[in-house]
Amino acid sequence: MFLSPAAMHIPDGFLSLPVVLVGWGLTLSLLAAALRRANAASQLPLMGVLAAFIFAAQAINFPVAAGTSGHLIGAALTAILLGPWQGMLTMTAVVTVQALVFQDGGLLALGWNLFNMAGLACFAGDLVYRRLGALQARRARAAAFLAGWVSVMVAATAASLQLAVSGTVAVGLVLPAMLGVHALIGIGEGLISAGAVAFLRGAQPTVMARPAGAPGNRRTAYLLLGLGLALLLTPLASGFPDGLERVAQRLAFDAKATALGIGLLNDYALPGVSSPALSTALAVALGAALLAGLGWLMARALARSQS
Amino acid sequence: MHIHLADQYRPGRGWLHRLDPRVKVIVCLGFILTASLLPPGSWFSLACLFLLVLGAAWSSGLGATFALRRSLIALPFALAALTLPFTTPGERLLEWPALGLAVSRPGLIQAGSLLLRAWLAVQAATLLMGSTRFRDLLWTLESLHVPPLMVSLLGLTYRYVFLLGDEALHMLRARRARSAGSRGPGLRWQARAAGGMVGALFLRALERSQRVHAAMLSRGYDGRARLLQTPGLVPLDTLALTLAFAGYGGLIAAALVAR
Repeated sequence: MFLSPAAMHIPDGFLSLPVVLVGWGLTLSLLAAALRRANAASQLPLMGVLAAFIFAAQAINFPVAAGTSGHLIGAALTAILLGPWQGMLTMTAVVTVQALVFQDGGLLALGWNLFNMAGLACFAGDLVYRRLGALQARRARAAAFLAGWVSVMVAATAASLQLAVSGTVAVGLVLPAMLGVHALIGIGEGLISAGAVAFLRGAQPTVMARPAGAPGNRRTAYLLLGLGLALLLTPLASGFPDGLERVAQRLAFDAKATALGIGLLNDYALPGVSSPALSTALAVALGAALLAGLGWLMARALARSQS
Repeated sequence: MHIHLADQYRPGRGWLHRLDPRVKVIVCLGFILTASLLPPGSWFSLACLFLLVLGAAWSSGLGATFALRRSLIALPFALAALTLPFTTPGERLLEWPALGLAVSRPGLIQAGSLLLRAWLAVQAATLLMGSTRFRDLLWTLESLHVPPLMVSLLGLTYRYVFLLGDEALHMLRARRARSAGSRGPGLRWQARAAGGMVGALFLRALERSQRVHAAMLSRGYDGRARLLQTPGLVPLDTLALTLAFAGYGGLIAAALVAR
């Protein structure tokens, strides 16, 4: 129960630092746009309660096959019901609470997890549903199914690429594996989304009417294209030639090391100190002192900010 | 039954509980950052980080194994790391030419470090959540300049997760009570039933959100959340922050030098 598909929530430690930073950059700018557009203040209770609803709905499952059970991630359904921007904010609350409270997905990795499951999944789901979802009940159901399936597959693809770029796993291995598993998970997602849409169209047709002012197909499509391009550009951020992994590692390292001013410690010894044991001790002390100073400065800043 | 809906917070009076939540968040993020910055194979530094978690959990009265118990949640992802020994080039330890497989030494080191890093990061986050109430965490986010709307949204979500979760469990119990045995008439039918339940739950949530909104407006809600407490930083907080970062700096330097 409440077994959210963990294979989609990337934990900490699996992404390299440059990849993490790119993810946060993308997600924060996307969220800023969503907060501007979604008329968030007046919709706050709606989004909050519906985020809790997605949590609860993830408990409703049914056996599919081979020990897997169909259940909801919820991005497509939220996007269908609320539109992509509000859907994205709602899913942001879901994924963040999952990370904070239940350790589903890491804190540093939250940037990409939000981008995949709140951003990409919502927009992909919305795009598919708007494209196909005509007004007849039958087509709406099929469109909701496809929207659910596509949203899961898009998010799984993105997560695989991020893992591969970080050098955690070879792309030729992770992509087929993730897509294979999620093609099944996506069927469950699609079936439940379709069932919910069918039920709501029958029980409460007014709910399914879109609020005015929702962005049209074309703009969403362009946006999605932009997001996809940004995703493709991620490998460039870590420089690609030989062994992405090593490059990412090195980039992370040297950036950090020079930022701390201890880049000079890289080749074993402090200048002018001959004994290796002594130079190690000195290096450790220097590193400790530098970051202790950082910690103390932060404490000062915190203390000042509230007085 | 619903393990996942159990809140992680454990009430207590240990030093970890009394620490300023902002300090705890920064120290926790610093911990995870340090763990992911350590080069592969820095076993000593990783072991120190582990002892840090263990010691903090033990000395603050949560029990030494508190963070350990939830630490395997990232397990499905370990599968991804397990391919590393086979795909990373380098000195070969084991070979099966017939299968075209070989285990390389750098690959093993990388996979091991990666799993340890992920394992430690989960433990740090668990410790943070075990000693910090969610509303303190929200206050922290706000004082670290996360947009207030986002913070309010997280707060509302958290508040209603347990309520709507219970409602979902009621519906599931009702479904079980009405269907003897687990076999329904087929996948389509079951998917439809599950979809219907999700839809019904949505309508209930929608109605509740309208009531909540009306109630908030009636109490003068204007889009801003006002939080009462503004605890100050005590010397213990400054000390913890400084010491923790000193430790991180030392560990990173030690790992760099040992490389």
